[in-house]
Amino acid sequence: MEHHQTPSAATREQALRRAIPLFDGAPASRGYELNAMCFSFNEKANRDAFLADEEGYCARFDLTPQQRKAVADRDVLAMLEAGGNVYYLAKLAGIFGLGVQDLGALQTGMSVDQFKAMLVEWAKKIPRGKIPTKECA
Amino acid sequence: MMAQIIGGYFTSHVPGIGGAIMRGDQDTPYWKPFFQGFPPIREWLAEAKPDVAVVFSNDHGLNFFLDKMPTFAVGAAASYDNADEGWGLPVYKSFEGHPALSWHLIDSLVRDEFDITTCQKMLVDHAVSIPFELAWPDVESWPIKLVPISINTVQYPLPSPKRCLALGRAVHRALQSWGGDERVLICGTGGLSHQLDGPRAGFMNPDYDLFCLDNLACNPDALTGHTAEEVAELAGTQGVEILNWIAARGAMGDQGMTEVSRNYHIPISNTAAASLLLEPA
Repeated sequence: MEHHQTPSAATREQALRRAIPLFDGAPASRGYELNAMCFSFNEKANRDAFLADEEGYCARFDLTPQQRKAVADRDVLAMLEAGGNVYYLAKLAGIFGLGVQDLGALQTGMSVDQFKAMLVEWAKKIPRGKIPTKECA
Repeated sequence: MMAQIIGGYFTSHVPGIGGAIMRGDQDTPYWKPFFQGFPPIREWLAEAKPDVAVVFSNDHGLNFFLDKMPTFAVGAAASYDNADEGWGLPVYKSFEGHPALSWHLIDSLVRDEFDITTCQKMLVDHAVSIPFELAWPDVESWPIKLVPISINTVQYPLPSPKRCLALGRAVHRALQSWGGDERVLICGTGGLSHQLDGPRAGFMNPDYDLFCLDNLACNPDALTGHTAEEVAELAGTQGVEILNWIAARGAMGDQGMTEVSRNYHIPISNTAAASLLLEPA
């Protein structure tokens, strides 16, 4: 077995999860309380309760100090670092009226207009002139 | 007479589409290039008249939380409701289920060694509702029944593309042994390339998207050469929703396919969007 010459599948998997990064066991464990709070925002009464008393609402979910600070600072990258998952964080963002382009701008340091323009730019990378296969037997 | 798989309908499902429908923005310069992919699909559906849809999609934190996260979950309910997802979409129409077909799929899948989770209560989110809103925009109630199959694309480890294709093929075998005479539509929703989170937010990959679109009909095994992590690298962290398309393609069976309709457009919201309709050749 020559496992030392090429990284094993497990090693490559773990390296990609940290590099991209991806939401696996480590962030899922770290972020459970924050994600649980965000999950509660599916209900309007809970969104209203958060807006009425943010400190009290966060306390009910036992956010870690790191999570509480990230939420107070509206710092999306810090929420991700604290184990937040974007599908759940998007529900928190919705409370503040922020959409995914606003989140994108906050995470990349661009203005919202710059971020939107960047999204449009991807269209230029669509390969042209290729005739798609219409049928296969 | 046995059930017939009449086609496969694939589409992006981003919440922004629901917002555009709510505002009536379908014909605006920004949205029209996406929505113009759907008239051919609607016309085909009106002719083909499916009775039931087997829909592969992923939950976005409406039905499942991280306390219990099934890799594959099959709905077995008599009805499925949508609900408030917290980001301002309207609550969409409920679906009528098909419990007998659901339990047949569940029996067949477990016999086939897919150890799926069964759900007698299951909320369906925009990943199911928006594709139906796009396909049947003006109906009072959905004209077909639903069997939803949910694939975990939220918390790693995700199932591999290879496993998702195999799941789909097992669903195909189950449909072949079903005694009913339904006309079955297979649906795969989500994607294509997009990333919402982190410093790479806004990432797309037209080359990978077209690789998927070009191979899905005739050579779906080509999509199984990557791990789920590699798909996330190629397609973006939410682009892994292509797993739903791969499983749905498997459920159509291994016969040849005709591409009835295809549309690909960048961007809608943060996403490279596509719609695709395949019909068994």
